[in-house]
Amino acid sequence: MIHTLTITNLHVSVESKKILHGVNLEMKYGQTHALMGPNGSGKSTLGLVIMGHPGYVVTEGSITLDGDDLLELEPDQRARRGIFIAFQRPMTIPGVKMADFLRHATTNVRRPDRKEGEELIAMRDFRKELKSKMEQLKMDPEFARRYVNDGFSGGEMKRAEILQLAMLQPKFAILDETDSGLDADAVRLASESIAEFGRDKMGLLIITHHDKLLEHNRPDFTHVMLGGRIVETGGAELAKELHANGYDRIRKAHPDADAANRRMLQDDVAAELATA
Amino acid sequence: MSTGMTIDTHEEIGEINKYNFRTESTAVFKARKGLDKDIVSQISEMKNEPQWMREFRLNSLDVFYAKRMPTWGGDIAIDFQDIFYYLKPTDHQGRTWDDVPQEIKDTFDKLGIPQAEKKYLAGVKAQFESEVVYGSLKEDLAKQGVIFVDTDTAVREYPDLVRQYFGTIIPPADNKFAALNSAVWSGGSFIYVPPGVKIEFPLQAYFRINAENMGQFERTLIIVDEGASVHYVEGCTAPMYTSESLHSAVVEVICKRGSRCRYTTIQNWANNIYNLVTKRAVAYQDATMEWVDGNLGSKLTMKYPAVYMMEPGARGEILSIAFSSKGQHQDAGAKLVHAAPHTTGQIISKSISKNGGRSSYRGLVRVEKGSKHARCNVVCDALILDPRSRSDTYPYIEILDQDVTVGHEASVSRIGEEQLFYLMSRGLSEAEASTMIVNGFIEPLVRELPMEYAVEMNRLIQLQMEGSVG
Repeated sequence: MIHTLTITNLHVSVESKKILHGVNLEMKYGQTHALMGPNGSGKSTLGLVIMGHPGYVVTEGSITLDGDDLLELEPDQRARRGIFIAFQRPMTIPGVKMADFLRHATTNVRRPDRKEGEELIAMRDFRKELKSKMEQLKMDPEFARRYVNDGFSGGEMKRAEILQLAMLQPKFAILDETDSGLDADAVRLASESIAEFGRDKMGLLIITHHDKLLEHNRPDFTHVMLGGRIVETGGAELAKELHANGYDRIRKAHPDADAANRRMLQDDVAAELATA
Repeated sequence: MSTGMTIDTHEEIGEINKYNFRTESTAVFKARKGLDKDIVSQISEMKNEPQWMREFRLNSLDVFYAKRMPTWGGDIAIDFQDIFYYLKPTDHQGRTWDDVPQEIKDTFDKLGIPQAEKKYLAGVKAQFESEVVYGSLKEDLAKQGVIFVDTDTAVREYPDLVRQYFGTIIPPADNKFAALNSAVWSGGSFIYVPPGVKIEFPLQAYFRINAENMGQFERTLIIVDEGASVHYVEGCTAPMYTSESLHSAVVEVICKRGSRCRYTTIQNWANNIYNLVTKRAVAYQDATMEWVDGNLGSKLTMKYPAVYMMEPGARGEILSIAFSSKGQHQDAGAKLVHAAPHTTGQIISKSISKNGGRSSYRGLVRVEKGSKHARCNVVCDALILDPRSRSDTYPYIEILDQDVTVGHEASVSRIGEEQLFYLMSRGLSEAEASTMIVNGFIEPLVRELPMEYAVEMNRLIQLQMEGSVG
């Protein structure tokens, strides 16, 4: 069976504000999908909702993995089923070493039925695997002893996310702007690493504004989001076009979605001002 | 060495040689509840103490009567007449494993504590079967002139040394509970480290033969002579089971010139205990005193380890952690007194409150006149796990000289939804994720513990966290 992640007519709100207005997307294991779109179109929200972020409410629609409902599962259970997201802004967990965190995570994902307190995967095997994957990512071994994302540079954080992807080997991975805030060399390294660890070995949903990350990860499909919907789907050439020409053509072709997108952006700005 | 001892029930108790009691039938002691001159005299008599100690106790009792209860800290509701002030070791021996509450046994199991140690911790056995381990250790220490005995033994065998220092750092008049301890104390550790002797491994209370370190009113006195060093570890992460509701210890430490002492305590009291402890050290020239203090459980803990830096170059460090849960109040902190120039102090306090628990940091930094170039830094961080729980900070800073540097940072945080989500998105359950965040929070303290304590501490936090979320 080829694993399939299916999103059907997904409507999502946060604090009674509608963000996604009926998203449809089907991904198969081994495929690479690019998800593009202007700011505020709902790309990150889609990623977070697939992972199960508690701040969002699904008001309609479904997300299934091989036909099983994901929406009723907690984030950790989704992770154990093979869903992963590389965060745009990973959280800092002071005092918790990368290696300890990763050993727990890797154990749970590889042994989905593990109960709390049960044994972790063998230290020796784990260390060996971690070390070799860190070498591939050109990471200093010292990195494993640092606290999770504590004092990491932007580049280190993103590489740490890719390391987690490499260790957890999910069925489907969402990469939320893994290229943001990185210089050209770092983006190239990220692109190569994603290709090495992810391409053909999982379904990839790459959220990006640029085409650099897609250089080594030529998308089988490119989706464009606008105003909380996927308004167009094409091949690799669509990603190239959007990168070269921006979203003007898309906005003109979908005036309703464009208007919705502008409203959502204004709401975002208003909300930020209100909390500032 | 068998004798018929009599307690309330007049039942026969087995072997008793712990305090070197005369074994004739005259040594009969009827323990009863309450506190008065007779009880205090009897305790002294039972222990065959010299006259000076007996007088010290009786004077302390007067001080206890005269002193008022503290008007700050937590709510103390103790009926002093409803407490046994002296429980002979045989009382502990008389207890059987079946008497130990199931809850305590379960916790031992979860902590993976060996059966022999479990019984010891539960007060079933008077001594832990560690003599084989301890034998060579003791010999080695003795060769270097190190004294490590329980304090009752010290009073008998090293009277001059004890008398010279006993009660000099914490006089009975210091506070009501120090006075109480001074009147009725029993057990505790006495350590003397001769000049220049550096003990490489931690001295642990449970290695001490004839230990009664789980006593209610233990009295510990440590003297680290010039250039010597010692790390003393007491307590255990297992919950301490006692039938009485008041624990009031006094710990005095003297760090002579160029010496170093670290005193590590991890205590996890049952939820009915008032834990009111006075701990104080003096550090002379270039000496370093470090308190590492972990407080879990109890109904109310009031404990503020202190270092008085008496001469230039002295250093005092206090690392404390408090974990309070339902019905618990941890009023813990630290006290640093800079009484000489070029003295350096540091306080790091971490508290965790969950399930309606309350943690307070109460700290005093005092820089006396004539203490130029004193430096002191205070960091207190509180982590609150749910909206029902509470954390307070009471930092007091008194600076009576100039050219001193005193820093204070405080933070209060809640476990964030985003942190939980991040960890859960990697397959950690909500409980595992919360535990990991809490363990990370206290990592700066746990890192300082001997390995086996660090492991136990982490497991203990895991137990405390079970069922705290969801």
